[in-house]
Amino acid sequence: MATLTLDNVKKSFGKADVIHGISIDVADGEFIVIVGPSGCGKSTLLRMVAGLETVTSGDVQIGGRRVNDQEPMDRDIAMVFQNYALYPHMSVFDNMAYGLKIAKTPRADIEERVAQAARLLQLEAYLQRKPRELSGGQRQRVAMGRAIVRKPAVFLFDEPLSNLDAKLRVQMRLEIKALQRELGVTALYVTHDQVEAMTMADRMVVMNDGIADQVGAPLEVYANPATEFVAGFIGSPPTNFLSAEVLGRAGDARIGVRPEHTRLSEGGNLTARTVYSEALGAETLVHLKCADGTQVTVRQDAASTIPREGAEVGLDWDTANEMRFDSSGRRC
Amino acid sequence: MAERNGMVERRGAGLWLTHLGLIVGIAFIFFPIWLAFVASTVEQQDIVRPPMPLLPGDQFFANYARALTSGVNAPVSTMLLNSLVMAVGIALGKIAISLLSAFAIVYFRFPGRRLFFWLIFLTLMLPVEVRIVPTYEVIANFGMLNSYQGLILPLIASATATFLFRQFFMTVPDELAEAARVDGAKPMRFFFDILLPMSRTNIAALFVILFIYGWNQYLWPLLITTDPEMNTIVMGIKQMFPSGDDIADWPVIMATSLLAMVPPVLVVVGMQRLFVRGLVESEK
Repeated sequence: MATLTLDNVKKSFGKADVIHGISIDVADGEFIVIVGPSGCGKSTLLRMVAGLETVTSGDVQIGGRRVNDQEPMDRDIAMVFQNYALYPHMSVFDNMAYGLKIAKTPRADIEERVAQAARLLQLEAYLQRKPRELSGGQRQRVAMGRAIVRKPAVFLFDEPLSNLDAKLRVQMRLEIKALQRELGVTALYVTHDQVEAMTMADRMVVMNDGIADQVGAPLEVYANPATEFVAGFIGSPPTNFLSAEVLGRAGDARIGVRPEHTRLSEGGNLTARTVYSEALGAETLVHLKCADGTQVTVRQDAASTIPREGAEVGLDWDTANEMRFDSSGRRC
Repeated sequence: MAERNGMVERRGAGLWLTHLGLIVGIAFIFFPIWLAFVASTVEQQDIVRPPMPLLPGDQFFANYARALTSGVNAPVSTMLLNSLVMAVGIALGKIAISLLSAFAIVYFRFPGRRLFFWLIFLTLMLPVEVRIVPTYEVIANFGMLNSYQGLILPLIASATATFLFRQFFMTVPDELAEAARVDGAKPMRFFFDILLPMSRTNIAALFVILFIYGWNQYLWPLLITTDPEMNTIVMGIKQMFPSGDDIADWPVIMATSLLAMVPPVLVVVGMQRLFVRGLVESEK
């Protein structure tokens, strides 16, 4: 249980700068999700907090203590890896107990803590099994258990759900979030999946190319993206971007409108040709192409009439839903 | 109608032909061993008087007892023990050293890491025979002639095994090392608690190969053991051959040859189970 502070943290591998200075203050018990496309440096950032990568410059503080030069085990953190990193030759019990054994925790204490974690994660029946005898979801839970028994100040998650199938992912998402609430542990969670970020985060950090483009509560980021990148990355299907020119307006700004704010209409702001539509059941995504080739997606209620492919339709939206970005991608 | 059995379709005549081919092949390979066995169970006169018998005689216990207790120069039991110590020493030593050096090369970043790896790799090009004179000089100066250390130490470094373990360690996910670091394991702790148990199937496989390598050493023991009490079995067989007008005691020589084959066979059969089971488990 502790706060976590990143103060202008930078990372370079040789001459290549990977992280260009990131500052975040994480409150005690807060669930922070770092989200971004692959290669944006989000995992590197997490690994610097864990102590698996050195910090090139800036400070990492856990509970007000500067930990830059400390070994991972001294930082009071626990990490859940993408491929779980369970020790294949050890039983579930030994996997969870390994860290405590090294820390020379008394045997009775170890057994109690592991039993407690196993109860919490519904792993009691599997304690004597080897990791290979478990399903993906169970392995994930063991990895969580290994983190829990250490009673760390900060949980670090490195894309923990990306090896699971879609259904299990949704379930584990809820479980992780519930568990974190119950334990009240500060958590830093890295993912490339914006749905995970939206559903789990108290606050999220949207990273792009080594820079934190925006830090904020999920709905706030969704409603008010700070940059064109954030507007395009958060939300599915992504925001439609149109140049001012296409809309017949002055200036070189780009206008972003979310698919759910875009309507098919007679006339309206501009016309486009329907390319194809995807019926998802509750809603239908209509993909259109404007005269200049820009792709636009419109989210339509399934009950509404869907234009035939190739049909020419008008697009309309409320000006209040428009997001304007200048040529550097910043909101203006 | 072709009946399916396993992966290969049964084909009437073809099946018999392939089996016949295999049986003939096995008989061909096995025949000299059978002859050796027959020769070890008869008396000297039966062997030297043609035609050589093809069925075992009644001297089995007498010949083997004679071989084990007195032999020609030294009792076979002593030579078997010498060979066992040398083969086990070489196998275990090679495994220990190559595990550690592969661990260093894969998991530590130190200056000259690649250089050291290639240096180790280069020694592959220098088999015992090439460096035998300087090695002899060194061992002689250390006073290790006619000793187990002298038999084992010069053969204990292994580029092949180092390379094998390096390749295996590189397939172990980095996250395991990192997880162990987060759990607070120091490098050697990680090595003993995680890497070593994970390598056990490789170790078993390598032990078999290296044991046989050590067991079959001929030139080196021949060079540094002058005392018959330190002879190893493989060179011992050669020593039994008569020089000049001596009469060869063929039954004892053949009994010795067969005895020399027993330990490697036991190791292969015994360890095979272990590493086949390990391979089937397919973990990681």
